Amino acid sequence: MAEEDVNVIDQPEVMKPRMVTIEIAGKKVDVPEGITVVKAMWYAGMDVVRGVGCLGGFCGACATYYRTKDDPKVRTCLACQMAVQDGMSFTMMPPFPARKATYDIQKLQDPKQDLFNLYPEAPLCRNCNACTEACPQKIDVREGVWKAVFGDFKSVSEMFMDCVMCGMCTPVCIADIAPNLVALYVSRAQGAHFSDKPVGLDARIKEIQDGQYNDEWNKILKMSEKELADHCATVK
Amino acid sequence: MDIHALQQIVHKTRDARRKQTIPKFSPADRDQLIHKYHPDFRASAYRPIRFGPNEGDKTVVELATLLEGDSSIQDNADLIPHYTCDVLVIGGGGAGCAAALHAHGAGVKTILATKLRLGDSNSVMAQGGMQISVAPEDSPVTHFLDTLKGGHMQNDHELLKVMVEEGPSIAKWLLELGVLFDRQADGNLHVKKGGGSSKPRLLTCSDYTGLEIMRVLKDEVINQKIQLLEFAAAIELLSDAQGHCSGAIFKDLDNQRHVIVAAKTVILATGGIGRLHIQGFPTSNHYGATGDGLCLAYRMGAKLAHIDTFQYHPSGAVYPEQLIGALVTEGIRSEGGHLVNAKGERFVNELDTRDVVSSSIIRECEEGRGIRTMSGRVGVWLDTPLLDAEHGPGTVEKHFPAMMMQFDRFGIDISKDPVLIYPTLHYQNGGVKIDTNSETNVKNLFVAGEASGGLHGRNRLMGNSLLDLMVFGKRSGLTAAGRVQSMKQGALTLKHVQRFRAEGKKHGNASGVISPMILPAYTRKV
Repeated sequence: MAEEDVNVIDQPEVMKPRMVTIEIAGKKVDVPEGITVVKAMWYAGMDVVRGVGCLGGFCGACATYYRTKDDPKVRTCLACQMAVQDGMSFTMMPPFPARKATYDIQKLQDPKQDLFNLYPEAPLCRNCNACTEACPQKIDVREGVWKAVFGDFKSVSEMFMDCVMCGMCTPVCIADIAPNLVALYVSRAQGAHFSDKPVGLDARIKEIQDGQYNDEWNKILKMSEKELADHCATVK
Repeated sequence: MDIHALQQIVHKTRDARRKQTIPKFSPADRDQLIHKYHPDFRASAYRPIRFGPNEGDKTVVELATLLEGDSSIQDNADLIPHYTCDVLVIGGGGAGCAAALHAHGAGVKTILATKLRLGDSNSVMAQGGMQISVAPEDSPVTHFLDTLKGGHMQNDHELLKVMVEEGPSIAKWLLELGVLFDRQADGNLHVKKGGGSSKPRLLTCSDYTGLEIMRVLKDEVINQKIQLLEFAAAIELLSDAQGHCSGAIFKDLDNQRHVIVAAKTVILATGGIGRLHIQGFPTSNHYGATGDGLCLAYRMGAKLAHIDTFQYHPSGAVYPEQLIGALVTEGIRSEGGHLVNAKGERFVNELDTRDVVSSSIIRECEEGRGIRTMSGRVGVWLDTPLLDAEHGPGTVEKHFPAMMMQFDRFGIDISKDPVLIYPTLHYQNGGVKIDTNSETNVKNLFVAGEASGGLHGRNRLMGNSLLDLMVFGKRSGLTAAGRVQSMKQGALTLKHVQRFRAEGKKHGNASGVISPMILPAYTRKV
């Protein structure tokens, strides 16, 4: 069918499929070019349990270090979001034993000061920028740590909305800061203590408690199937 | 042809399309479309379940096989508990966290067990938002009616009323925990309009709503020091002499050992079935979405509801190859993104319900107006650059940072070029039948979230899942916790397994597979 043939997207990997040699945790294997890092592990016959989560780039389970051919720079990626290429070498990051402070977010008296009690290492950043370079989500992590220390919680909460908590910023920190955990605390404090109270929401909760919709409920829940369907059709 | 050459038709027709309004289908046309094209109506994919609580009911072959599957536990296995608790929550996604937090908050001994890490779930990927009627022009009743319409009038009215009425207090709870919902200039919650909804009702945290909620809930579970069993896959439930639920058996995925937990009450929050790849569909679901809870509850005698209906999200990525099945959020369509066929035409009101939109995409592709890839996939365009044209440059980047990044990793700028999409297996509309306290017909066995059934009818409305998780997670946790003070821990037996095996034998034995599946078999066997 001539007409249909026009609407086909060229895919070099399908036209000329080829195998590439990569290294998984130091072991050489041949896999099809272009598949994701996690699929390459499955292709190589590895059972992966730890290290796979949502497979959509959101959960941070598959934090991975990789290096491309002849490049000395070791980079970071999420294994479900990175395609393999010839000569690539990678290994998954094991769970890193960073310390998470525990707190009762609602009972904090002075969240900006409490930061220094919960994470006393936070102000010890030595500005090496390794955390920012390690972030697969391209967050300016170092800047975020400084903003947290200076009490600009709002900016931190906005900057770290992309954070998938993969934790790749933690092993590289020479001051033993866990920036993702600091940012999580700061973002929660921002939400719980420094955000406007939405008055419309409280009003709606009160309306429901006061039974303002009871008459309407009574009417609807007594309807026959047909009446209810007709009523639904009037909602535009 | 080069992808950019094929995309030209989308760019060329954009201005003309912007002037068009596409009416929604009439109820009759909509039914006809769905019956002809929706995968739920592909009879060859279905078969009756041979035995158990839903004997004779039809479901997809993949699920029927697992439901009839055999337990991996011998019925004379040793049942000496390693842990004892009041409330055992199985599942670490949104519903599991909400259940555990509320049970723990009520002061009872709670354990949360999950087969991957705490938080690894579909919840974390929810991008579109959470439906809660907070806008002045909206109401819980309108939310109820919209949902009912979307669910083809098949929703359980009582469950639905509970969900829409408790929505606003859930929003308040999450705000108090520090969830950063998007705001209007006046400090009120910003609401967006979702597919199938008559009023703007979606609370969002840009396109990271699920991630933001899960970051906070996970953190809270850890702060509250709730006991966690991670990498512990539930492989069987336990029943007492009366057939009530009394605990569960887990397989520790790190060392393959069995872990036995005695619990006065059990809450299954095990999520959906996307990784069964029903009818060969790719899926937007997480690695562990293999319907484990359905199998466990079914063997114990819990009845399932609407188990023949699944949601195929209209916009799963088809290109590039690495992103196949990944979701392109409905938010794009909420903000006006068009669906465009190979001829540059729109073919459906983009804000119709998911089953309608998916069916119409399948129609376009089956009738030869799709765009194909060399690996044999087909799809239609989702005009993402339209958002920048409509609302100003930078809109896509600002409102959909997660999407931008996902495609940017493969060299695609979705603010400049449209993306190719096709329906992807997204959600299990039905599940284990529950009452308004989230309890099943098996006493002391609760089910919350996607694993439960009845609430969403035959098609879940966008944004109702996140709310479902929170409302019924909370209710299951509170009801379970409220009961345990006045009851004793039941005996630990496998009588239900014996009974199920005997029943299977009468019907020519089990299906020959061991269930639950735990994880999909993606590892290549040479």
